[in-house]
Formats: sequence, structure tokens, C-alpha cells
Amino acid sequence: MMSMKKEGYPKYAPGTHVSRKDIRNKNKTYTWWEPEVQYSWAMGPAISRFLQELKNGKIIARCCNKCDRVIVPPRMFCEYCYKPTDKWLYIKDTGTVETFSIAYLDGDARRIKDPILIGVISIDGASPQHGFMHYFGEMKPEELHIGMKVKAVWKPEKERTGAITDIKYFKPLKGGGK
Amino acid sequence: MNRRIAIVGIGNTDFNSMTPDVSWKELMFEACQKAYIDAGVDPRKDVDSFITCAEDFYEGFSIFDEFVPDQIGATLRPCCTVCGDGIYGLGNAFMQIKTGQMDVVSVEAHSKISDLLTFGDVVLHAYDPLFEKPVSGPVERQNYVGSPSYPKEKPKPIVGSSNEKNRIHPYFLAGLEMQHYLKKTGTTEEQCAQVVVKNKKNAFNTPYADYEANISVEDVMNSEYLFKPVKRLDISPNVDGCIAFVLADEKTAKKLDVEPIWLKGFGWCSETPWLSTRKMNADYAKMASDMAYKMAGITNPKKEINIAEVDDRFSYKELQHLEALGLADSGKAGKLLEDGELDISGSLPTNTSGGSLGVGNCFEATGLQKSLEIVTQLRGHAGKKQLSDVDIGIAQSWRGIPSGSGAVAIFGR
Amino acid sequence: MRKVAVIGAGMTLFRRILQETGKELSFLATKMAMEDAGIEKKDLDMVIMGSAPDAFDGIHLKGENLLDGAAAANKPYVRVFNGGGTGVFAPIAGWWHVASGVADVALVVCEEKMGSCFPHPQTAFRHIWDPFLDRPLNTNLVWLFAMEMNRYMTVHNIKKEDIARVAVKNKRNAVGHPCAQLPDENITIDDVLNSEVVAWPVQRLDISPPSDGASALILCSEEKAKKYVEDPITIAGVGWNIDSTMWTNRDLYFPRYVANAAKMAYKMAGIDNPRKEIDFAEPYDPFDYKELQHMEGLLLCDKGEAPILTREGVTQRDGNLPICPSGGLLGVGNPIAATMGQKVCELYWQLAGKAGKRQIPTDPQIGVGQAWGDIMQMGTVIVMKR
Repeated sequence: MMSMKKEGYPKYAPGTHVSRKDIRNKNKTYTWWEPEVQYSWAMGPAISRFLQELKNGKIIARCCNKCDRVIVPPRMFCEYCYKPTDKWLYIKDTGTVETFSIAYLDGDARRIKDPILIGVISIDGASPQHGFMHYFGEMKPEELHIGMKVKAVWKPEKERTGAITDIKYFKPLKGGGK
Repeated sequence: MNRRIAIVGIGNTDFNSMTPDVSWKELMFEACQKAYIDAGVDPRKDVDSFITCAEDFYEGFSIFDEFVPDQIGATLRPCCTVCGDGIYGLGNAFMQIKTGQMDVVSVEAHSKISDLLTFGDVVLHAYDPLFEKPVSGPVERQNYVGSPSYPKEKPKPIVGSSNEKNRIHPYFLAGLEMQHYLKKTGTTEEQCAQVVVKNKKNAFNTPYADYEANISVEDVMNSEYLFKPVKRLDISPNVDGCIAFVLADEKTAKKLDVEPIWLKGFGWCSETPWLSTRKMNADYAKMASDMAYKMAGITNPKKEINIAEVDDRFSYKELQHLEALGLADSGKAGKLLEDGELDISGSLPTNTSGGSLGVGNCFEATGLQKSLEIVTQLRGHAGKKQLSDVDIGIAQSWRGIPSGSGAVAIFGR
Repeated sequence: MRKVAVIGAGMTLFRRILQETGKELSFLATKMAMEDAGIEKKDLDMVIMGSAPDAFDGIHLKGENLLDGAAAANKPYVRVFNGGGTGVFAPIAGWWHVASGVADVALVVCEEKMGSCFPHPQTAFRHIWDPFLDRPLNTNLVWLFAMEMNRYMTVHNIKKEDIARVAVKNKRNAVGHPCAQLPDENITIDDVLNSEVVAWPVQRLDISPPSDGASALILCSEEKAKKYVEDPITIAGVGWNIDSTMWTNRDLYFPRYVANAAKMAYKMAGIDNPRKEIDFAEPYDPFDYKELQHMEGLLLCDKGEAPILTREGVTQRDGNLPICPSGGLLGVGNPIAATMGQKVCELYWQLAGKAGKRQIPTDPQIGVGQAWGDIMQMGTVIVMKR
């Protein structure tokens, strides 16, 4: 029987650790390369319409009649029954916080003092737990909680570009929720 | 497990040089839906496993696998990405079914290369960072000590941009290889030009092809040298499109209302990634076909194979690959072409679909595009270009510059 | 179906930056696995590479670049990839290479060189987001996990300290691992709770570090394996499953895709009651809460029960259900795909009784390894038996 050998595996750990100091003092050689990589993705009909409607200050969803779902962000096919979705439907610009984070780290992994409030909002009028990620504003971090009712704050019409950032953030909805 | 594996469904989109009206999602949905309808299967119930063939940098994502399942019907199902050509996907599907754990597997590959603005730079990014990237042009870099700084008076240099002077397009490698091939085999540039003429003409009878044309050998010879001896028209132009296949074991295939085309064998192989030590004889294709012939029980490929779809992303590649696959003697593929043997009416019809030169270079979908033509021919659905008496066909693809990897699939009726 | 055995494993040191290139790391891990199995390159039929985003190594077609280090020059070679799930998925792909009868001996290599990515490996993670809906918000990957963790904590009413226990356990477990990056014998729950808040509720010590490293595994048909070892460890079941891309349309508190993958693997392994039959597990733990969530996904306990088991000491190495005896990603390091070293190689070492200081004392017979990837979406599961 081969089991129960006392010596431990892996028997050794090959590799040469390089410290930050090694790099700073140029004890190790490096090469540098920065690729010029650019894309311009075609968005497809569903997201194109969704963003176009954001420019108009509205949130639009797609419906799947077979699954009886109102889907946002919209798509041209239903991933559950695998057929094209059926029709467009405007929904509200209010919703419920499904989850959130208070982030002290920005997109470039830099530490920030004033936290970014970020979360997933399920939108009223869509099926349960159907929504998207966005910022929160006009509230203190400690006020933010799961189940909170919120409302979109839109950019002024002439500043909108047809992007998810046409909504500035979601703010507390007065008189809604707990 | 000794089960035979059948192709039971095929689907494809139209191929276009640009597809601004759809995203990769709708493109994949269209091809997959057609394949499932063709096979008569419901992906949400009947397909046991899904395979996508994709590379991150072509798509523009760090993890493209994320953006796959919804549009191919794979939500909450076994689904994975194979970083390789479509034939690698077919081979993995073949093996999954052979284990006996899967009965129906779908394979998808696509190109949405028009989304990529800096194509040359991405291809260059595949070259080795220590030895090969620097050779492609001067790389001026400031002190790398953890944080290069770019003061206002010396802004960030644009490195790796195709706009930069002195920087060579990575396709130069094809020039080196073609030079070697012509010299070694005595094949002429005119013969390579004839490949372009043949394939672009064949593409007229392929409904989804995007680069069909009636041109002459002189037209090709008169197009400008880009990487001498490679001329502009020797290079297959990029194209968008998607192809999907559905595979099943013999028992399931018989239940479905389709004529099964058997995937009799596959093979793939990789040569060393070091460009300077690679032999440039397309040995990967030879080794891959050896594996596939063995699996399919083919002992005399020249006699047994009726139709070939080989990688022709550069015109000389078609001839080089035919020789590597053992379908032509070394240095004799050009002669076969001149004698008309590679035409639709010839003894070894090659790239009847139009190949990459006629259809367009669809990257990881190339192998499936080749396979699509073979399956269509074997089914007898090829329309005007339908061959009579085809029983066994070979599809072969290469992973493109700068790789030395390729795959082969053998189909039979 | 042919049974597939593991006959050798290897892994390199895991560190934030290693001097070796990706090829060299692949070579070092492969060499160790070949020595362990007593085979040479000529004995290999096929090679499978597992490696996560090309953006880390900074090479397009990264699989092609790495292949000579992975003993694959002039061999059939393929790379598979599904984000963080790759570390367990690559051996699954190796399994079907052998189980199908196409290969008798297959080498699986997993490599990650995160240290090459500048200024930080997180730069590569910026490109995993949806380009239309998420990227314009200037997102950071940690936000995503913070949101998932918050949902998990809120639904089950879990205290932060019960999650911090996982980080403490795994960093202590890693002390016996020669490759470990962040072993810590003396770490306490307070250390974790007092560490910097990165994105609430995620704190610095809740997160596993980015690393360079590689690991390798040699798979062989059971008949042939007897030539190399008397009592081979076999792969009893495999499963993988992917959830919808649209992560904002799912409830993040439970990984249903992991449950689906686990059911698939258990069915293949003939396991009816995983809680009773499985002796130990290596669930994926890039964040401490993920270990708990994945224990639940692997059906080793009820939803919301994992923190209680952890508090009661059940998941310690000498407990009833040891979890991450290797030290996991939190202790040994997280070179994404190369975590095959903790999630699969460790199963082999434990089942073969070769884990030395890390050996589970209760003579384990069945172990399960799991990884998780994409955008909280992919579950990959492997069951191994002695």
C-alpha cells in the first residue's frame, strides 16, 4: 500500500521569488510592452434601444410571453426558454435595493476617502430581481440598506448621451419601503 | 466506449465584413438556433453540453466565457470555452460523447472581428514578449522601476500602434514562410495566385460567402506586395459570422429525423512556439492528420478522401497544407492545381466553399466553416457545386499567425 | 466508461511576483509531476492547458506561447478556459481526454502569471465587465464580490466574524504548505475584522492575494495506471455548470450553478448523500465568504449553515468535515487557474496520504474539489476516490 508516507508533498517548491525591492533596485531584468488594443462593439438591437430610451429619460424592458417575464436589461432572446423575446415595455424609474457595497476602492484600485455607493437595483415594473447595477446618492452610507426603495436621478436632458450614466444615481424614494 | 459520433445539426449566419446591426450575442443566437432546429433538438432539454471556441483578445474581454451561455441556450447547463479553432471544439465534443456521460453536445465558433479596431496590434500581441515583439520594431520605454512616468513634455509613447512608423505588421511571418515554401518546393507565385482565383470563383455558389469574385491570375499578380512574396490578394480578408454544430451519439442520432454524417476522427498538434526554430513546413498539419487518419482508419488518404477543405488564409497555405496532409506529394500541389484536379470537377475538389479567400477569414470559426462545407457536401445539400460520389471528406484548419498549431477532422457518410 | 487515475502532481511556489516566465513556471510544475509519476515526455499522449485571461500574462493566444513549457511541442495540445473555474475545469477536460479512450496518458498544466500585468492584475479585471452596462460605471472587481457577500450575509443574517473565521482557518492551514504565499500561524479573527475596509463588507484580509504560479497533474487510464502505482487515486465524478451572463437578474445569495455542477458530479460518482459520503472538500475560497457559500453549493450543508459549522470547528483539519486542508487560496495564494494545486492536486495528496504536515488524520476516502469563475457564474466540481 502506498498511502501514509510521512514525507509531505509537494516535496519542494520551485520558483524564484522577486520582491518589490528587487524591482526598484533593478536587480532583475524586465521587458515592457503596451499593446494598443481598441474595440468598438456593436451593441445589438436590445441594448441599443435600452440606451436610446435612457436618453429619453425612460427605462425600457423586453417581455418573454412564454416565461411571463419582464426583462431588464432587455435582450432579444430569452435565456430560459430559448426563443426570441416578444415585445417592448416601458417600466418605472423606481426600484428596490437588492444588494450594495460601500467602496473605498475606485475602478483603478486606488484608495478613496469618500466611498462610492454601488449596488444592484431591481426595477419596479420588471419581474422580481430584474434590474441593473448603479450608484446611489443623496444619502449617507449608513442609511443604505437592502430592501430600500430608490428612484433614478437623471442627468439634464441635453447632457444625456445614450449611456447607462444618463442616470446619475439612485436616491431614496420618499414614503416608499421601510 | 465504442460509440460512433454523428453531426446531426448545422447552422450558420451570413458572413459579412461588418455586422454593425447585431452584437456577438444575436450573431451566436441566430446560428445556434438554426443548428438546433436543423437537428430537431431543444437546447434547454436535449443538449447535454455546450462548447464555444473563442479567444479573449479577438473579442475584447478578459473572460469571454462569461458572455456566452444565454444566447446559445446554455444557461444553467454544462458549458465551457475551448481557446482554439472550431475543430478543437468538435474534437472535445467527440471525446465528451465517447465517455458515455453525454449524448448530445453543441459546438459554436464565431468571428466578430469587426469590433476590433487595432487588429494588427492584437496579432502582434501574440508574439513572444522577450524575443519577438521587440524585433517587430523599436520599443522605446522609459525606466521600468514599477511605475513609468510620463511627464507633460514627454508624453506616453504610442507603442504597438500600427500607425507607428518602423513597426511591421505581424503578417510579415507569412512572407517568410511563403518564401521558404516556394524555394523548397519550386512552387511559383502564379500557382499561388491561381488558388485565389479558384477559391473566389467557388465562393459564388456559397450563399453565405462575402468575398466571391471573378478575377484572373494577372489581377492577383498585379496586386501590391505587402510582405513579399505575399501580395494583397493572397491574404484572406477578415469577416464576421457564426457557425454552430450539434453532435450526437449513434443511438440518439438515429432517433432524430436527420441523415447523420459521421465524425470519424479528429486530430490536432502544436509545433514549438519559437518562430526561429520552427521548420515552417506546416508539420502541425501533418502530425494532426496522422492522428486523425489513425482514428478514422484511413491508410491511404489520397485514395480514400474525396473532398478537402484546407486552411487557405494565405494562398500558399492551401498548397502547403495539401502536401502536409499527404493529399499531394511534396511540391506537387501546385501541379495538381494547374491540371484542374483541385477544381470542383477535379479528382480532389479543394475548398469548394471558396475557403477563407472566398468566404473570408473568420478566425476561430474557420475550422467549422471548413467542416460546414464537408457536411453539406456529404449530405448532398451543396446545390450547384454538389459533387457526386462523396463519401469521405477532410476539414483542416490552422490557428493563424503566429501559431504553429492546427487541427483536422474527418467526416464520412 | 474508462476509469481515470491520477498518477502524479506538481506545483511551483506561489508568490506575488516570480522571476520565471510563464513557460518556465509551466515547466517546473510539469517536471515535478513527471518525476512524481515516473514518466517522461514521450509517454504523454495529449496535453491540456488551463490558464485564465490572456491579459494577465500580456500575451494574445497565451496558450500557444506557453506550450513548450508544458511539454506540448509536437504533441496534441489544447487550452480550455472558464475564468476562475479553470483550475478544476482543466483536469475535467483531462478526464474526458482519457475517459473517452482517445488518450491513455494526459498531462494537465495550469499556469498564471499575474505579476506581469501592470500596474495591478486588477487592471485586467476591468475588462471582464459588460462593456455597455457596467464598464461606464468605472467598476472595480471587488465591488462585485462585496455586493454578493452583502446579499449572502443579509439573507442568512450572518455576522462578519463568522466569515472572518474562514480566513483565519485557511491561513493557519497553509502553514504546512511549502508553496504557500500567506501562511500565518498567529492570525486571529480580530486581525481580519480590523484590517482595512476595501469595499464594505469586504476587508483586506477577506481577500486572497494575486500570485504567479503553476501546477500540473498527470492523468492515466486505470489499467495503465497500475503500471505506475499499486493503488491509484481515481476521478469518480466531474461536473460543470454555467449561469446566465446577466448577473443583475439573479439572486446572488446562493450559487445554484455550483449546486447543479455538484449534482452532476455526485451522480457520476454514485454519491447519494454527499454530507455522509464525502470526507473532505476543497471549495474555492478567493474570498472567505465564498468558502461558506460553496460548501452550501456543494450540498455539504443547508443554506446558511456553513458559518455555523465553521464556528463549531467542524471544518478544521481535525474536524468531521475538513474544508480547505491545503490552506486554500486565502493561505496558499491565488494564481487563478494554477489553484488546481490546492483544489485538485491536494485531493490527490490527501487521498494518497502524501500531504505530510497537512494530512487529514482521519484517513479520507472521498474528496471533492471545486472552483468558481466568470462573473459569479461558473461552477466546476471534481470528486476523487481512493
